[in-house]
Amino acid sequence: MAGLSLNQRAAVLSLLLLAVGLLVWELSIPAQKAATELTEYERLMGLGQERAGVPPPSQVMAKAWEQLSDPFYDAGPNDKGIGIQIGYSIYRVLTGYALAALIAIPLGFLIGMSPVAYKALNPFIQVLRPISPLAWMPLALFIIQDSEASAIFVIFICSIWPMLINTAFGVAGVRQDWVNVARTHELGPLRTAFTVILPAAAPTIVTGMRISIGIAWLVIVAAEMLVGGTGIGYYVWNEWNNLDLTSVIFSILMIGVVGMALDAAFGVLQRAVAYVE
Amino acid sequence: MTKPFLSVENLTQTYPDGQGGTLTVFENAGFGVEKGEFVVILGHSGCGKSTIMNILAGLAEPTSGVVKMDGYAVSGPSLDRGVVFQNYSLLPWLSTLKNVTFAVQARFPDWTRAQVTDHARKYLEMVGLSGDVIHRKPSQLSGGMRQRVSIARAFANHPKLLLLDEPFGALDALTRGTIQDELLKIWGGTEQTVFMITHDIDEAILLADRILLMTNGPYARVAESVEITIPRPRTRTGIIEHPNYYAIRNHLVQFLGTRSRELAGRQTDGAPATPETVRIDKTTDAEAADEAPVLRAVNH
Repeated sequence: MAGLSLNQRAAVLSLLLLAVGLLVWELSIPAQKAATELTEYERLMGLGQERAGVPPPSQVMAKAWEQLSDPFYDAGPNDKGIGIQIGYSIYRVLTGYALAALIAIPLGFLIGMSPVAYKALNPFIQVLRPISPLAWMPLALFIIQDSEASAIFVIFICSIWPMLINTAFGVAGVRQDWVNVARTHELGPLRTAFTVILPAAAPTIVTGMRISIGIAWLVIVAAEMLVGGTGIGYYVWNEWNNLDLTSVIFSILMIGVVGMALDAAFGVLQRAVAYVE
Repeated sequence: MTKPFLSVENLTQTYPDGQGGTLTVFENAGFGVEKGEFVVILGHSGCGKSTIMNILAGLAEPTSGVVKMDGYAVSGPSLDRGVVFQNYSLLPWLSTLKNVTFAVQARFPDWTRAQVTDHARKYLEMVGLSGDVIHRKPSQLSGGMRQRVSIARAFANHPKLLLLDEPFGALDALTRGTIQDELLKIWGGTEQTVFMITHDIDEAILLADRILLMTNGPYARVAESVEITIPRPRTRTGIIEHPNYYAIRNHLVQFLGTRSRELAGRQTDGAPATPETVRIDKTTDAEAADEAPVLRAVNH
């Protein structure tokens, strides 16, 4: 143990915790009695039927194997592979998110550069920001008249605020020295924005983007439960209606894995724009 | 009398003092700088040196008064006035070389990429930076190296006026000495007009053609213009041998120690003030040799 590096020791501990956790889970699920062991009374009461219960991890892993070995099958509206469902969710998240970024980053720039704009827009931001994104759903459904677009709108509205606020904050906080460098080199407003202010504020902006993508992924599951049709959120709800808890647990895990991957991608971007003063 | 290359006329700066009144930092300050001259301004903290520097750079507006360069009034920052800031002000996300090429590109927008890079490398080499070092980020350089980059960036742009705002203030004494020598070397080859702020009397004597002395604030003004009558090229070890060195040094120490305070707070009743020119030259004075040991004993 002493010969291992910190990372190796941490990995061993992680695997150990996983193994113990799975074992406890597996052992805590009571086994169903086989039909032959039942008394006549029990059989008469219909207890020979298989009862729904929380599945043990072995079943979940078998399900995962089955689903992941053919993720893109499409056998009708209520039976699509996990890959297709996740694909729909990611498509909605990225569309809503990209629209939000397209508006939030330039607008945040403007707010950060101009104290007047900041003061003027701040009350609106403060009122709109704490609204649960799902509260917009009825209004969005009524106005847009399209459940697909409404889900995207909900993602848009939930991911815009962290990006907007962080961009404004990052731009407003750019060191005056660097702005002075731009001024003494006679850089125009556009060149100053792109060559000095954007790289200076980039770490703060990307932090906002990272928070936004996390929130967007949280919200898409709930949004898809409401709008239905496709997507990982719909899949979870559909499997609950089917009382297939194995699939529910499997999809919960998949939501976690995809969320982690999205976050990691922004982690890479964050390291790329980071600088040391 | 012809106007000097840079002329500062009736410069006044006031700030609100927070109690409804105004605080006058300096009033009717005026002086001139000739082309190719190295002028250093000395004064205590709070006398408005940095404010004057920012006004010359075009980064700040004076309450009243004008700065004229080449006959035109200065308004706003310009590539004709390069600035070396005390805290280097390098862009931390760019490499050393990119920090310089960024400036060269702004100055010479028509140049090709290769021309810009060659020019930047040449000036970095002049301050002793070459090889792998120029691809490092500023955070990976020592304070002295960062200030060298900042100096290279300013000189590479051939500004008509170079402004140095306490460029060596944050450096240790040994590094400061080396970079002072390098600054002198580059400056010697370019005929660059330089205006510099410092707190360091020895640095001022080593570098300057003329030292402007400021009284304490409020109502600070440029009281004297002391000519440095030590011939160039100068070296740090060479100048202390010169008979004028201690005479000038004592004059400066005495001014900063006592007279800057005595002269402080006097309002000028609106008359444009020009600094009194002081010329100390012991080389033509026969009695100087007898006085020298006495002067040596004065320490600050």
